[in-house]
Amino acid sequence: MDYGDLTIAILQATIRSGTPILFACVGEIFAERSGNLNLGVEGMMLIGAIAGFFATFVTKSPLVGVIVAAALGALISLVHAYVTITLRADQIVSGLTLTLLGTGLSGFFGQPMIGRVAPGVNKWPLPGLSEIPWLGPILFQQDALVYFSYIIVPAAWWVLFRTHLGLSIRSVGESPDCADSLGVRVNSIRYGCVMVGGAFAGIGGAYLSLAYTTMWIEHMTAGRGWIAIALVIFAGWNPLRAFLGAYVFGGADVLQLRIQAAGSAVPAHFLMMLPYILTIGILIVATRESVRRRLGAPAALGIPYAREERAR
Amino acid sequence: MAAIRLEMRLERSKGLEYMIPVGSVLLALIVGGFILLGTGTNPIAAYSEMFLEAFGTDYGLSETLVKATPLMLCGLGVMLTFKMLFWNIGAEGQLHMGAFAATWIVLTGWEGSAWAMIPTMMAVAMIAGAIWAFIPALLKIKLGVNEIITTLLMNYVAILWVDFLVYGPWKDPGTLNFPLTRQFPESAQLFRFGDSRVHLGIVFAVVAAIILYFLQERSRWGYEISVMGENPKAAQYAGMNTGRNIVLVMLISGGLSGLAGMAEVTGIQLRLLHGISPPSAPYGYTAIIVAWLARRNPWGVVLVSLLMGGLYVGGEALQITMRLPVNIVLIIQALILFFVLGGDILARYRIVLRRTEAAVGLR
Repeated sequence: MDYGDLTIAILQATIRSGTPILFACVGEIFAERSGNLNLGVEGMMLIGAIAGFFATFVTKSPLVGVIVAAALGALISLVHAYVTITLRADQIVSGLTLTLLGTGLSGFFGQPMIGRVAPGVNKWPLPGLSEIPWLGPILFQQDALVYFSYIIVPAAWWVLFRTHLGLSIRSVGESPDCADSLGVRVNSIRYGCVMVGGAFAGIGGAYLSLAYTTMWIEHMTAGRGWIAIALVIFAGWNPLRAFLGAYVFGGADVLQLRIQAAGSAVPAHFLMMLPYILTIGILIVATRESVRRRLGAPAALGIPYAREERAR
Repeated sequence: MAAIRLEMRLERSKGLEYMIPVGSVLLALIVGGFILLGTGTNPIAAYSEMFLEAFGTDYGLSETLVKATPLMLCGLGVMLTFKMLFWNIGAEGQLHMGAFAATWIVLTGWEGSAWAMIPTMMAVAMIAGAIWAFIPALLKIKLGVNEIITTLLMNYVAILWVDFLVYGPWKDPGTLNFPLTRQFPESAQLFRFGDSRVHLGIVFAVVAAIILYFLQERSRWGYEISVMGENPKAAQYAGMNTGRNIVLVMLISGGLSGLAGMAEVTGIQLRLLHGISPPSAPYGYTAIIVAWLARRNPWGVVLVSLLMGGLYVGGEALQITMRLPVNIVLIIQALILFFVLGGDILARYRIVLRRTEAAVGLR
């Protein structure tokens, strides 16, 4: 294999490795843009991973698996939505609890699935496009879920920044009082956005169990949900910038795996630390950047909305 | 037509303050029961088995204390950070760093008396845990970096560090392929009570609870901490140094978690190995639940840790006798916390049923 082929192979794998995080990150951007911080991403991804795998195992259809993963991700996110939006509980603690609940539930119901094989989402080169030199193999010799991310992520950006609905979502996240007085239904929007976040996290999880690998392993997300939350800040709450963050992470992950496989002198455990350390580094840079450019979080992020306490 | 309204209470209801956790445990067990039913298990049989195994026999009770020990130590520190609204999710990593540092003392080859070794290991473990906690605290106060994400990601790094050691340079040459170090000499083993596995760690935990109680309730510093958590603006106007206190609280929290790690390797495992904390419900994460359920009270931490310790022992018993995945422990823990979070609204708000104005008008 010459260096050209190697580079292409690495970049191709980079996209595969970044895609689950990309889905989760874009979902979390929706939740946070509406003012709800959901730290349950890791748990929702695990639910998506096992639900998608189980549904595919039973029906033999990865498409059904992905749909079930999205539905169950959205369903479990409702617990967080209800507790934080309707009951106005602390979003941080509720999100953490959702992660623990998702970890527990996926481990419990996943046990019979350990060691099973389900049909995965196969590689599907796009006719024509995949023939383009360099870019073709990197971008268009992928699986259907990757192509789906190419469409859904720009669509998410378009909804957030170019539609009336997106304006409502952002206004609810910045100033729920004003949005409410203009007739925007604050809590309904927040419920919707948290569930979108859950559905995306579910798909991200299903990517791990149906495309990245084709098996279920307990805790198989290995912190990717948390990395996605960190990348939301890096992305400045913008879905398009999430591409960059997710692929940078994906690239680091692929490189460390390659270096491990090549039998490097650096112990494997140190290489496995890299993605986590890199994420902390990215977070530091992104935090400084957002302070300098005043690209802060949505103003009402983390604060429950209580209409009767508005006139204060 | 009647509408449900929420009216804020002027003062939190004291009675509900205690009823909510109790009710939450019951509700969590009921929901958990449905999950058990879903797998074809009789929940009543499962729960009575769990309860009897955890609290019904001398052995079970002693094992409950064993599991409660690291939960108390980690939970006390985490509670202190939560009190300041600083979210230390990193107890698991701090525990691993403490376990690593304590083991390092043994593997230097030093063979002193227990009177010299144990205090040294305690000190080194607390320092290691504190350093691991200091990094995210510093990043937070100097650069504003979100501590939830940094503390959490550092857990993975710490666990991988311990894995590196036990799979690599520290692996006992005497074992074939198991990732563990050689057994500690007797002078580096923590005193155990009777022939149980209950070790001196429980004493450390209770002493820590007493110290924290006095610091929190009787000292000026304790008062500052609670002001900073409840009203950060007032704290600022009063000239309290939030940054310095975040560092201080994190050093204490990391130190206690490090001590928990030291107590696990010297009191229970007697060596460093992969998985010093149960993988299905790691102590450092359960400590978050303990800290939140304890209502900012050190004695609450002790009490909730005992309950959670019982849950571990009961869960392990279920795995053996009924072949149920031990993950049910984490599910029930999370459900309890969700019910407490949801139930909290009852303590903060009064639910008022009243006729809407439209309905009045129609009469």
